[in-house]
Amino acid sequence: MSDLLFLIIAIPLASSALLLVGGRFTDGWGHLLGALAPVASFVLGLVAFFELEGGSEESLHQHLFTWIQAGSFNVNFDLLFDPLSALFVLLITGVGSLIHIYSIGYMEHDERRGRFFAYLNLFVAAMLLLVLAADYLALFLGWEGVGLASYLLIGFWQYKDTAAVAAKKAFVVNRVGDFGMALAIMLMFATFGTMTFEGVSAGMDKVSSGTATALGLLLLLGACGKSAQVPLQSWLLDAMEGPTPVSALIHAATMVTAGVYLVTRSNYVYAQSDTAQTAVIVVGLVTLLWGAVIGCAKDDIKKVLAGSTMSQIGYMMLAAGIGPAGYAFAIFHLLTHGFFKANMFLGAGSVMHAMDDDVDMRRYGALRAALPVTFVTFACGYLAIIGFPGFAGFWSKDKIIEAAFGQNLIVGIGALIGAGVTAFYMTRLMIMTFVSEKRWAKGVHPHESPLVMTIPLMVLAGLSVFGGVLLLNGWIVDWLEPVVGPEVHQDLPIPALAISLLVLALVVAGVVVAWMLYARQRIDAVAPYRVSPATRAARADLYGDAFNEAVFMRPGQYLTRSMVYVDNRGVDGAVNGLAALVGGTSGRIRRWQSGFVRSYALSMLGGSALIVLALLAVRLS
Amino acid sequence: MTGSEMSVPWLTILAVLPLVGAVAVMLLPRRDPDQAALPKQIALGFSLAAFAVSLVIALKYDSGDSRFQFVEQHNWIEAFGAHYAVGVDGLGLLLVLLTTILTPVVILASWRDADDGRWSVNSFFAWMLALEGLAVGVFAATDVFLFYVLFEATLIPIYFLIGGFGGARRSYAAVKFLLFSLFGGLLMLASVVGLYVVSSDSASGPSYLLEDLMKADISTTTGRWLFLGFFIAFAVKAPMWPVHTWLPEAASEGTPGTSVLLVSVLDKIGTFGMMRFCLGIFPEASRWATPVVVVLAVFSVLYGALLAIGQNDIRRLIAYTSVSHFGFIVLGIFALTSQSQAGAILYMFNHGLSTAALFLVTGFLVSRRGSKMITDYGGVEKVAPVLAGVFLVAGLSSLSLPGLSPFVSEFLVLAGTFTKSITAAVIATAGIVLAALYILLMYQRTMTGPVRESTRHIRDLRPREVTALAPLLLLIVVLGFYPKPALDVLNPTVDSILQHVGVEDPAPTVAADEGGS
Repeated sequence: MSDLLFLIIAIPLASSALLLVGGRFTDGWGHLLGALAPVASFVLGLVAFFELEGGSEESLHQHLFTWIQAGSFNVNFDLLFDPLSALFVLLITGVGSLIHIYSIGYMEHDERRGRFFAYLNLFVAAMLLLVLAADYLALFLGWEGVGLASYLLIGFWQYKDTAAVAAKKAFVVNRVGDFGMALAIMLMFATFGTMTFEGVSAGMDKVSSGTATALGLLLLLGACGKSAQVPLQSWLLDAMEGPTPVSALIHAATMVTAGVYLVTRSNYVYAQSDTAQTAVIVVGLVTLLWGAVIGCAKDDIKKVLAGSTMSQIGYMMLAAGIGPAGYAFAIFHLLTHGFFKANMFLGAGSVMHAMDDDVDMRRYGALRAALPVTFVTFACGYLAIIGFPGFAGFWSKDKIIEAAFGQNLIVGIGALIGAGVTAFYMTRLMIMTFVSEKRWAKGVHPHESPLVMTIPLMVLAGLSVFGGVLLLNGWIVDWLEPVVGPEVHQDLPIPALAISLLVLALVVAGVVVAWMLYARQRIDAVAPYRVSPATRAARADLYGDAFNEAVFMRPGQYLTRSMVYVDNRGVDGAVNGLAALVGGTSGRIRRWQSGFVRSYALSMLGGSALIVLALLAVRLS
Repeated sequence: MTGSEMSVPWLTILAVLPLVGAVAVMLLPRRDPDQAALPKQIALGFSLAAFAVSLVIALKYDSGDSRFQFVEQHNWIEAFGAHYAVGVDGLGLLLVLLTTILTPVVILASWRDADDGRWSVNSFFAWMLALEGLAVGVFAATDVFLFYVLFEATLIPIYFLIGGFGGARRSYAAVKFLLFSLFGGLLMLASVVGLYVVSSDSASGPSYLLEDLMKADISTTTGRWLFLGFFIAFAVKAPMWPVHTWLPEAASEGTPGTSVLLVSVLDKIGTFGMMRFCLGIFPEASRWATPVVVVLAVFSVLYGALLAIGQNDIRRLIAYTSVSHFGFIVLGIFALTSQSQAGAILYMFNHGLSTAALFLVTGFLVSRRGSKMITDYGGVEKVAPVLAGVFLVAGLSSLSLPGLSPFVSEFLVLAGTFTKSITAAVIATAGIVLAALYILLMYQRTMTGPVRESTRHIRDLRPREVTALAPLLLLIVVLGFYPKPALDVLNPTVDSILQHVGVEDPAPTVAADEGGS
């Protein structure tokens, strides 16, 4: 299998290239090819997984070719299939396949469906490279590849200004993160002379704590961009402009979790720096609350889910920041979240499909009867995310909150509150969409989606219910041990059972409050205007955009405008003046026009004479 | 040199072929623009023949050998010690190839651009071929005097190309360009004369041969003065802040093809000259000047990028991005590490491809709508998806997206710089954020959004236009994933330059145990 690892990436890449070059000629069958590609990769991934699972090797390797070599700088296209990348490969291709299949139905009436599949395949290929690379620079190639795919897909309907702006924003904000990533890689090269995981991990215990902290923080900056963590969170909500399958695949299940992958992959870096670890925890904690608060105030169903994604990735980040006690649970939650959030996003897509692409939950209501399959599958996702006992999210989130308490009481309480808020906003979403009374716009006749869309929903719902089995007998902890080291036992301030009960109590409280506020009262079809400052802040994404605009964009515009002015007048003028002065004519260029040959000859002579004199003077001394 | 005299003078053939073509095209009878296909076909034929010759050279080139290859040497003006001496190493070879790849592309892309020029169609294509021949000579010259003469000679065709065929302010732009170049050339001339004084002092008599000058004993102070003459001339050409102001005018007023030849090929003479002559003849002075040059280069990176963000004229915008990119190249040269210099040479090549693609595709766009202003566009993707797609790929290559060739060179420059100066690398890396802004803002404003009345009738790229752009895009993608052929050629050159300058790469601060490599 080692020799065939490249096919996992090459198949979707080839399919993407074919669809892009083929253009309109692929219209008849392009979507089938596009959907088949990730399935093929999934099968290959499974084969590799079982080889790894059954064999004695800790990882599979494949050397493809040398990418960049200059002096001691040497980067290969080497693939590494180890327990961590194995899980990601299966998540990406597994959930990816389901979303591709769903898209056949969802994008049926779009005239550019072939193009859509080309971009989706490109994404899958890049994401697979990201998790299979054995080297930070090759990882960075995948990292930027998924960024490109994300850009193309957010802006898929780019004839809408909002979509085009959102796409650009996502790319630019991510570039700020890339700035950190790129510097981290340079620092690795300068420090270790290599950028392979193996080399960096081997050298880490010899570096100064300052270097370790710098590396950790720079990687974290990259992770913040890709995973929409505070302070680089602002692009994710706007990214919902993309078609809903994109939101499910890229902006929920896979790409946005790349930051968690990066931190987990670089566990040897964070092991050397408490400061960097603390920074990861703080970012995770702040984001999990930040996203949850935003989720409470949005009426756009996709934006609620996007806020929720931020928040859930915050949980993962938090767990990863805790270190060996948390890595396995970060990845565990990443997987279960991949199941239930993809499930709910696709469910939201199914609802939108039924409601003529309306995303405003204030014009939904009572959809459970009209969309029974969507409702039931969505409900599975809902129960999973709020942590209903037995569902996938229950196991994974519980473990993270427990680890958070093991780390620090404040962190634990923050994670606990997040769970309550999650229960609140998700219940609100359920009530506004599927329960309560009809508030449909005129002419809307909801109908259940076709099987090609509902079957993926059912599969994902099943995974949302049973995803917890990964923790059976501590399987995932043991599985990841070769990569992240053995789980460290933490001393808990209160017993684990008490924590679980506390979580449950807060979840119940969140559900009840939402029930009181939304199921027991009328919901306005138009969002109320007079609301508390807190609601207003949450609706404005906690002023993240306002901050960026005031601190970066406005001054930036002012800076570039004044620089353009100075360049046109000042620099150009000064240089023109200087040139004129040297030539001995007056400042105006036009005058040169008539006599430039003469002045050139003259100044040539003068200049030569000067330099010869200077030389003679130097030689005399 | 005895052995080489027997062999085929490939480089001379390569330089003369386009010049012959230029004369041939010029001598053809002038016709109406409608029937002027013949001179264009002949010009294209000659440029393709030159490309074929350059391919032969590339295939025969031995990348294991860091010395000059295809060497020819004849005495020219013995009193000065000037020779007709040519040869290429990895640096020269890549730039020669860039020239011979871009010229046919530009000729094909400019097929109709001279039809309503002030002067005849024949002269437009003749000047292009002349420029190609002279540029090949510049990149192959291994005699400083020969280099200087060719360096100045390239001004003539480009002056006529800008001044004769282009926008409303083309005369102003052409004269401004010429004045800046002459100013730089003048300083260089002074240094060239200075070199004569130095070398005539030596036992073997005056010689402008690079190999002799590299061995010449030049005193520290003299060397620094002479270095400055060369460096400023190259900085004007490159162009670096603050002597960049001629570029936006020239690049905006010429035809798109002219701008490609100017920015992608001719401006490379500046960075080429820095590596070949500044580092080659004045290693001590180069090390001495490094701090200032690095600061200027980093400043250029950010300055060009910020200015690009503020532009509304598409062509000026691209010109400013080049100021930023040239900042990276100069930074790479003067950071003096194997990575940064390999990156710098590769950057020269990649920037040539990427900027050519950008100039040409935006040229096609502008020719359809008749405006260079970004604000006059919007929604073009919907009506001309192929054009928009090519524009996006070219733009992404300009912002150095990994997977496209400019990323490799930019990252090498930055990684190499980082090992010498963390501050310089960090500031220059901020340029990648600005690059995303200037490219994507332009793309968003022109290509996306609802279709506007003024853009409704823009038609997609014609087969001729696609044919011109396809080789560029193909190279950009292929070299993004597999830059090895280029790196193999240039790495030995970089090694010998650094050895000559007398610097070694800093060792990694921590020696990692590479167990299984």
